[in-house]
Amino acid sequence: MDHLDRLEAQSIFILREAYKKFGKLGMLWSIGKDSTVMLWLAKKAFFGHCPFPFIHVDTTHKIPEMIAFRDRMAKEYNIELIVHTNQEALDAGMGPDKGRLVCCKALKTDGLQQVVTKYEFEGLILGIRRDEEGSRSKERVFSERNKDSEWDYTNQAPELWDQFKTDFPKGNHIRVHPILHWNEMDIWAYIEREKIELVDLYFAKNGKRYRSLGCAPCTGQIDSNAVTVAQIIEELKNTKVGERAGRAQDQEDSYAMQKLRKDGYM
Amino acid sequence: MDIDREVLNIVVVGHVDHGKSTVIGRLLYDTKSLPEGAIDRVKRIAKEKGKPFEYAYLLDAFEEEQKQGITIDTTQLQFRTDKRDYVIIDAPGHKEFLKNMISGAASAEAALLIIDANEGIQEQSKRHGYILSLLGIQKAYVLVNKMDLIQYSEEKFNAIKQEMNEFLTSLHVYPLKYIPVSAFHGENITASSDKMPWYKGEPVLKAIDLFEKDKGLEGKPLRFPIQDVYKFDSRRIIAGRIEAGTLRAGDEILISPSNKVTKVKSIEYWVEKDKVDQISAGMSVGITVEDEFFNQRGEFISHTYDAPITSDTFKVSLFWMGKNDLVKNKEYKLKLATQEVECEIYAINKVIDATTLENLENANQAKTNDVAEVTIKTKREICFDEFRNNQNTGRFVIVDGYDVCGGGIVTGLAQERQSASKFVKQDDEIVAKCFDEYYYVLTEGGIKKIEGVPHSFNIGDVIPSTGVTYEYPADFNVVDIKTGLTAIIRKSKLQDIISLKHLAYEQSPFIDSQGAFIKIYSEEDFNKFAADLEKLQQSESSRTAAFANQWFDFMKFRQIRYLTATKSLEIEYQI
Repeated sequence: MDHLDRLEAQSIFILREAYKKFGKLGMLWSIGKDSTVMLWLAKKAFFGHCPFPFIHVDTTHKIPEMIAFRDRMAKEYNIELIVHTNQEALDAGMGPDKGRLVCCKALKTDGLQQVVTKYEFEGLILGIRRDEEGSRSKERVFSERNKDSEWDYTNQAPELWDQFKTDFPKGNHIRVHPILHWNEMDIWAYIEREKIELVDLYFAKNGKRYRSLGCAPCTGQIDSNAVTVAQIIEELKNTKVGERAGRAQDQEDSYAMQKLRKDGYM
Repeated sequence: MDIDREVLNIVVVGHVDHGKSTVIGRLLYDTKSLPEGAIDRVKRIAKEKGKPFEYAYLLDAFEEEQKQGITIDTTQLQFRTDKRDYVIIDAPGHKEFLKNMISGAASAEAALLIIDANEGIQEQSKRHGYILSLLGIQKAYVLVNKMDLIQYSEEKFNAIKQEMNEFLTSLHVYPLKYIPVSAFHGENITASSDKMPWYKGEPVLKAIDLFEKDKGLEGKPLRFPIQDVYKFDSRRIIAGRIEAGTLRAGDEILISPSNKVTKVKSIEYWVEKDKVDQISAGMSVGITVEDEFFNQRGEFISHTYDAPITSDTFKVSLFWMGKNDLVKNKEYKLKLATQEVECEIYAINKVIDATTLENLENANQAKTNDVAEVTIKTKREICFDEFRNNQNTGRFVIVDGYDVCGGGIVTGLAQERQSASKFVKQDDEIVAKCFDEYYYVLTEGGIKKIEGVPHSFNIGDVIPSTGVTYEYPADFNVVDIKTGLTAIIRKSKLQDIISLKHLAYEQSPFIDSQGAFIKIYSEEDFNKFAADLEKLQQSESSRTAAFANQWFDFMKFRQIRYLTATKSLEIEYQI
């Protein structure tokens, strides 16, 4: 087994544990590269089937290509898709002009919380990775959230030998992180090996491309001429800029992501 | 990072404030593994807090940490050397965070144990040593940090080395190296320090490249715990991860504990390129079988000729992390591989204070952070292996309420207790007296031998090449004079046991099973020794002394140390 084989095997093991343990299970699909890899892993884990719904928390500020890609892939992969928008907040005028962190909290965190409550999810699968940023580096694979989706990161249960947390009070839910142990380069190498189709925003047009995808107003492009996965891999080998450098909400203050995530952000 | 490169997980442990985060910060900094902006960001935070920049801050992602100056949770970070990629796990030193330390260390293949040269060995240094032993992490280096505070003194370094070695050896943790460093000043991190010319070993970054990854799980007896059974379409797929061994389509398999035999019909896949006819340890797979019995999660698939142990009562060593004590006559949940079963503590055989190693006999409970030897009784029979035979199927966790509160390893079924250390390869055994220690006991006026803690060394196990009163090189051979069997030790690991007759001469030194150097300096000596030994084995035993005087030099790798009285050395526990 090579490095990617081992990563894949571990992720499949985690997905199967989640499916076995949680009656009400859903996977968050942000249309980005990481959660699209997870979609692929799920197809492998369940031999071509996707035995749980995929959830897209739509802020309505997403880049239009993402929505087109989402709808086409959902059909091709034959997956059940739940699209949810925090309409109440939008009607009240919520947007990035109200402050980036405020907007993220309302449209993404609260939107997600509404889905969890509405569908009574016990398990939510998310494509976060330890190498993305500090607070994610400290995550467990099965990470408990209380009924308000809050994360008590100072008091996490031990997690060892792939014996994950599957016991918790009713009303709480577990965030399952199947690709927590992957890094950005692993993701790209796996996309290249498995020939996974991605939204083409990742590939350069007129000398610019997206390295990380989010909402249009808060996501910046990087200078790049990479038009294939192989070229992106080559580009990443030579960069010293962080993956999420183009994500405005991270830069709001030194602890932006930690604060967001404590309240239930993905 | 290149994708075909090897990855090694290393955990960094040690007492609080002994410099774990500084060591890691240094490694990241010196290997240029930090993204642009990270150092600036940390400098900015340090400035905001009115503190000078420290390498340790590179790791502290959480507000609370910087307030208290401690690492709350386990952090995983990556860096690379020319040889391979590393995932480094920073484990917290504070006692309250032992559960986080264990969560981090459980996924590690190798360990760096950090000790402050100025403070010496502290409570958590010992406790962490104990945990490494329970987690089965055999590859460990001890980094004696803050050498600048003791003026880079070789003498003090040796004193710490000796004290720690004594402690760790008693736990069957045999550090492969002791490295004197100053992480803050970068001494002996990337390059050999000119402040410590007396240290002849490698600096940290070169030393970690010498850790060898475990291999060979594929060759062990097959263990395939069923994770789930799927029926999404016409196929009835048994899914799970193979924990050890190799399985082929057509193999006859045994399903335990229900004890049913069938054959593998197919190995399933989704994309065509994943189609294989053989699957092995580490893979997450799916198979169909010829006879569609009722199979369920938790059952073990093995080959018919190499089944796991099936029992409802077994002995374990465990560490307890629960808020409530571990007690008898209470229902817990035990999770081992994919099995979940109610269990109770049938007997508490021993509770060990992991710091003093003091035994509390007749204890009725284990408290948080205690290590205990207990007998567990499960509500129904489950499958497992002894930890020493198979780590993946020999360890378990205990859930109390909603949380994992304990982790442990299965040590066996029977009450047998080993009396002497041995090198073991299948039916071949050599009684190893070479790890016994010799002291001149002042109160008794004579030399006394103290036997090491009995332990069986199997092929691949690390052996204690350095004791208090002996020091063997990393490569040597141990000859059993009675049988001629020879244990081959390479890089401080038992590599093989073969008969001296079948051994080709190499330059590494020979000792007898008592630890005496055998005066073989050349191939000619080797041949003569082999001939003499054969003669000796055929003749009267009265000739043995003459043989020994001719060939043995007992003191070459040994020394005799003074001791006031023997009582202080009695060690009365066993993992």
